[in-house]
Amino acid sequence: MYSPKVLDHFQNPRNVGSLPKDDPHVGTGLVGAPECGDVMKLQIRINPETGVIDEATFKTFGCGSAIASSSLVTEWLKGRTIDRALAITNGEIADELELPPVKIHCSVLAEDAIKAAIADYQRKREAHAGGAAAR
Amino acid sequence: MKLPIYMDHHATTPVDPRVLEAMLPYFTGDFGNPASRNHAFGWAAEKAVERARQQVADLIGATPKEIIFTSCATEANNLALKGVAAMYAEKGNHIVTCATEHKAVLDPCHQLERQGFHVTYLPVATDGLIDLAGLRAALTPKTILISIMTANNEIGVIQPVAEVGAIAKERGILFHTDGVQAVGKIPFDVNQVGADLVSMSGHKIYGPKGVGALYVRRRNPRVLLAEQISGGGHERGMRSGTLNVPGIVGLGKAAELCRLDMAEEGARLRRLRDRLNEKLHENLDGIYVNGSMERRLPHSLNVSFAYVEGESLLMGINDVAVSSGSACTSASLEPSYVLKALGAGDELAHSSIRFGLGRWTTEEEVDYVADKIAAVVRRLREMSPLYELMKEGVEL
Repeated sequence: MYSPKVLDHFQNPRNVGSLPKDDPHVGTGLVGAPECGDVMKLQIRINPETGVIDEATFKTFGCGSAIASSSLVTEWLKGRTIDRALAITNGEIADELELPPVKIHCSVLAEDAIKAAIADYQRKREAHAGGAAAR
Repeated sequence: MKLPIYMDHHATTPVDPRVLEAMLPYFTGDFGNPASRNHAFGWAAEKAVERARQQVADLIGATPKEIIFTSCATEANNLALKGVAAMYAEKGNHIVTCATEHKAVLDPCHQLERQGFHVTYLPVATDGLIDLAGLRAALTPKTILISIMTANNEIGVIQPVAEVGAIAKERGILFHTDGVQAVGKIPFDVNQVGADLVSMSGHKIYGPKGVGALYVRRRNPRVLLAEQISGGGHERGMRSGTLNVPGIVGLGKAAELCRLDMAEEGARLRRLRDRLNEKLHENLDGIYVNGSMERRLPHSLNVSFAYVEGESLLMGINDVAVSSGSACTSASLEPSYVLKALGAGDELAHSSIRFGLGRWTTEEEVDYVADKIAAVVRRLREMSPLYELMKEGVEL
């Protein structure tokens, strides 16, 4: 039922944890809903000097495939620029983890979480820039 | 202790070796067809079937002529519902059942609705039980059948079937109960319950798969059924088809063993089930028993582990066979309709695990399962954003 890669990420999840969500260099994406059985929190920290994601963490309430999808994307995000992070698609996640059709929504949620985390980070940057201009 | 541990006895049970032993001769030496009236092979098979009919009748306080053998309990439920609907259609077109029934009752009801019958699906309270005043209020002069399960397959709660039977009798309405999870596990007498039709299954009571039975009352009142499978007039014309002699012999033997061992087995399983429940509560916070703890099958426990999704919990305890009400265990992605009917909230429905202890469950197994579950729940909660939000005091 589960591919070896899903089992591996489920048994040995990478980068479980949280980053300080108020840090201006951290973006937080919280997607899904408890009543749907899936909630993913994905956080990224962008190195202000290089513009590269140097840390990515997750916490997920969901099935093994949802946990594996989020664990996998934290690995993929590290070392990427924002543009390259936005290029990750649910199809790549599903292919890598060999998700069956009934679990595709888990990979969609992981892609949504990446986009939400980046959007949060960009909102913070804009607010920061706006704040600076006003001063 | 051998792994994996089987703790999913609501789904199915292993065949008791004594049952298997009773069945074996009827595959080879005594292979006859009970419908063969004119030779010894047929007579031997018929004798075996009639003994089984008596054994099943004895388990539920019925007479042998009231037992109709079927291929499974789903067929028995279909025969009861559709058979009554067709036979009594002139009397009325209304059926009352309950939201938490097994699909083998709900789906035939939906089919009858498409044919023009009206079906009322009674809600259940948070303890999983129907409200008798609500049942009375749902009845109309057109009501021909009430179908309320004796015990629920997901949460194990026992409905007040004797009270339902009394109401049905008072109103002159037939009463069918899906007895699959209850018969053989707790005392059940068709006259005490006032049941007119009772569905039973072999494989839930340590008998074989592929055999079930329907009790059809013959006196006060005599229940008539429109056959759903025709061809040969077997089983008093109510269910044609060559009898599954080894299966029927197995069902009979299983029924006899259940009847003889019920008191002792029930007490033992209740003690182990309560031990499991206590250990889980000792080890974990944020856990909720689904359904009434008082009105419950002795071997049954359904628990929601808040902040943890059921399928990931099953994956984590992969050497323990239990089942989950979570969406992800089925293709539908909808969490258990039974738990939703209790008003548990989808989130807790996604977090539920059903434990079904059985004839060979040991204390050592119960302790192993309780410890394993606690460890996996803790690990998954460390991974759960909901648990983190709860600890931060955020309302979910």
